[in-house]
Amino acid sequence: MDSADTRSNNTSRATVIIHILAACIALVGLTEASYLTVLALTGETAVCGGSAGCFQVLGSSYAKIGRMPVAGFGAAAYFSVFSFATLAAFGYPRARKFLGVTISLMFLFTLWLLGVQAFLLHAFCRYCLVSAALVFLLSGLVVATPPRQE
Amino acid sequence: MRRYLPFIIIAAVGLLTVTGGAFLYHAKRPAMPIVPKDRPANTADLIHSLGPVDAAVTLEEYGDFQCPPCGALSEPLAQMSRDFPQLRILFKNFPLAMHQHANEAALAAEAAGLQGHFWKMHDLLYREQGVWSKAPDTRGLFNAYAAMIKCNVDRFKKDMASEQVSARVAAEQKEGSKLGVTNTPTIFINNTAVAPASLNPKDLRTAVEAALKQAKPSAGK
Repeated sequence: MDSADTRSNNTSRATVIIHILAACIALVGLTEASYLTVLALTGETAVCGGSAGCFQVLGSSYAKIGRMPVAGFGAAAYFSVFSFATLAAFGYPRARKFLGVTISLMFLFTLWLLGVQAFLLHAFCRYCLVSAALVFLLSGLVVATPPRQE
Repeated sequence: MRRYLPFIIIAAVGLLTVTGGAFLYHAKRPAMPIVPKDRPANTADLIHSLGPVDAAVTLEEYGDFQCPPCGALSEPLAQMSRDFPQLRILFKNFPLAMHQHANEAALAAEAAGLQGHFWKMHDLLYREQGVWSKAPDTRGLFNAYAAMIKCNVDRFKKDMASEQVSARVAAEQKEGSKLGVTNTPTIFINNTAVAPASLNPKDLRTAVEAALKQAKPSAGK
């Protein structure tokens, strides 16, 4: 019985640590995506001369959905991940499910964006690659999260 | 308290993001170049232009041939020139130091211009931007482009290396800097700078249509 309790405690501690890590990674992504959103809104990504590189990707038609920069959606997604990870770390059970769903959607969208850069634009943006790495890290954390003890 | 703590953390991060974003937006908002009122009109023979000299609306672009956003605007601007007979489009060189071959490309366009083929070279350079931008040495490619547009290649080579051509590129760059141009493309419509966020075909077309209507109600298409 003691050993079952210890295992359960270790599992829940590991889960909390994973969720805290996910929240921290989401914060980094949120900062980057917010910065890129501001660059897109001020028009800096539509011209050459402001920040170095990335114009081919961030200035392309793929960098916007309607009039909204894709980075804005990224910022919203990272904020959602941060919120769900924080709530999950505090033991809200449904937040964990939402966290998994959000990160899965981000993973799929990241694959699409990498495909666009590789096969359609033939150019890569460092910011986008960092964001892709963050999403892959988050996906790894979701996979590594121990199953919930009922 | 513990029950509300995660919500407080989330709200604080949300607030911090919005505030930080707003602060950054105001800090990053570019200063718009301003054309002085006493600026001489763009009527010199050497200015590269499409459309009539006495057009109701003048769209003036400071461009860099190695700049992808300039390349993306090249065809839509040419289309606008065909669509609006009362629009005059000017192109001025503003090669950025951050682009390795931009200055050479500007020289190539000017050298072709001396044989009356500036716009052909302009279009070709933007169309082939992805090719020559990555080439270690562009001379051979530019010579081939000159031959493609029926320039005398020997004269083209000589002109590209001439003082006259480099002085012209430098003069346009100096003129742009004096106006406050720092990025490319920088576009003025009737001497008013277009905001960077509106440097896309749709917004530019709307701005030109509005300027045509304002200049003369019957001038627009």
